[in-house]
Amino acid sequence: MQAAIEVEQLNKTFRLHHSRTGFRGALRDLFDRQYKTIEAVKNITFCIPAGEICGYIGENGAGKSTTIKMLTGILVPTSGKVQVNGYVPYVQRKVFSRHIGVVFGQRSQLWWDIGVIESFQLLRKVYGVGAVDYKQRLDELVARLDLADILHRPVRKLSLGQRMRCELAAAMIHNPAILFLDEPTIGLDILVKMEIRSFLLSLNARYGTTILLTTHDLQDIEALCSRVIMLDDGQILYDGGLAQLKNTLGQGKEIRLQLNTACTTTQFTQLLDTLEVDGVWDHACAVRIRLPKGGNVSAVIAHVAGVLDVRDLQLVEPTTDEIVRDIYRRGAVRQEEVPR
Amino acid sequence: MTAAYVEFIRIRFLMMLAYRVNYYSGIAVYAINIGAYYFVWQAVYANSAGTIGGFTASQMTTYIAIAWMARAFYFNNLDKDIAREIRDGSVAIELIRPYSYLVVKLMQGLGEGLFRLLLFSVPGMIIITWLLPIQFPTDGWLWVQFLWMLFCSFMINSQLNIIVGMGAFFLENNEGLMRMKRVAVDLLSGLIVPLTFFPTWAQPILEALPFQAITYLPTSVITQRIVGEALFGAFLTQLAWIVALWVPIVWLWSRARRRLFVQGG
Repeated sequence: MQAAIEVEQLNKTFRLHHSRTGFRGALRDLFDRQYKTIEAVKNITFCIPAGEICGYIGENGAGKSTTIKMLTGILVPTSGKVQVNGYVPYVQRKVFSRHIGVVFGQRSQLWWDIGVIESFQLLRKVYGVGAVDYKQRLDELVARLDLADILHRPVRKLSLGQRMRCELAAAMIHNPAILFLDEPTIGLDILVKMEIRSFLLSLNARYGTTILLTTHDLQDIEALCSRVIMLDDGQILYDGGLAQLKNTLGQGKEIRLQLNTACTTTQFTQLLDTLEVDGVWDHACAVRIRLPKGGNVSAVIAHVAGVLDVRDLQLVEPTTDEIVRDIYRRGAVRQEEVPR
Repeated sequence: MTAAYVEFIRIRFLMMLAYRVNYYSGIAVYAINIGAYYFVWQAVYANSAGTIGGFTASQMTTYIAIAWMARAFYFNNLDKDIAREIRDGSVAIELIRPYSYLVVKLMQGLGEGLFRLLLFSVPGMIIITWLLPIQFPTDGWLWVQFLWMLFCSFMINSQLNIIVGMGAFFLENNEGLMRMKRVAVDLLSGLIVPLTFFPTWAQPILEALPFQAITYLPTSVITQRIVGEALFGAFLTQLAWIVALWVPIVWLWSRARRRLFVQGG
């Protein structure tokens, strides 16, 4: 398949002015400035084939938005190669930008003081979309994103959910081949989030639109992405399928037990030693046993049931949130752990 | 693409129209400004017979009235707009669109200028002529020349604004630079006093600066202080500045693209 986005050894460093403290420092700053170099993105390499929905995740300040801004032609990379849809974004910006759509969750691309429909018409002219195409696409977007009631309102009078639906429509007016979404669901309620997810899925299915999205909501990733790239401190921690991420990097299952008869810590520790597993003693009647990855569930349950008086038992699988949090905490994942 | 740029003029015009109070107070502000200068100059001329700096009292009032009307058209806040968009990062949104950011800004400035000219200065001017004995030229061809020069004034002033606004890419705070530019334009362009009022040693310096091309040249043409051969000189000076000012703009823009740092993430 053809690659929609190709990134090779990409770097971005910023030079920020670093102020000295105090009065004397301020005076010195007048004549001799100090700069601090920040490496926002360090040597990242990846390739996204056309038609893929890829999640781009990482903590705040990991370099996600900086990458997106380089891919969309806003920022000029310090070094490295970027090619998106066959163009080098920062060089061929004007031609290139006709083929992409961008939504920034924290920034509006609609004109604040005019009606939504006026913004759309302005964008139609900006992208040079023909009247027939525009009409057809607009009708579809209005129906799909339920915009009919808000089309004539000024953008400043829309709720966040309404605005975000309009932003998506605005990014799609010229039917771009690649859609970049930077935290599209930030601050939205669950209903709007679900609407947006289903819209994106249908878009991808119908037009084969390549989508790259950053998010802090891993449910977006689970609902949409076949692939996830995890970034930490400007470097790629993980690049691969979501299922593999869970399998390879996730912890094992957890068995939560409610007991009829109290169990002391010593008893509990003994139990763990015989089973050779980890566990947490919450209080006398509630304990948790953590199985290693691929651990034998039935053997553990059989043994526990023989020793303790179990009232209730729950088998819990770690959520993606927990897995990802755990990866962030551990820092870099060792290369051999990462499936390619 | 041209259709889109024209659309930006229209949209900005409509946006200005949306704020009605601004509109009514704007007419008042222009009328008051012209009125105030009228009385100041009346007082100045009261104690001197004949001319000051080559102007008679009536030429002076006409000069001031027209200079203010011209200012309504060429004046805009592109410097502030650009600086703000750079600082708050919304310039990022402009860069994902298939157009030239600076041309769009220029078009928005034009929409704003047309709005002020048609809806502030013309009504303001009509009101003023009822109240004060100001004489305007009646030669239609002269007005055509003036309007063309006025458009050039708009270009030069906007280009200066763009240069100063882009300072925000390089300076942490370009507020001071913008204020300096504003005072320079008002004073050195001949809006507050005609350039002939400055000392003789300052004349060559003022003529070497772009500011005089903004107010002094077009206003001198309409008040018929520049006539005949000298007219071409005035036209050429304006055109030369328009061309010359693109050089730093293009250079700054290409450097700014590499320096851009967008807040957030």
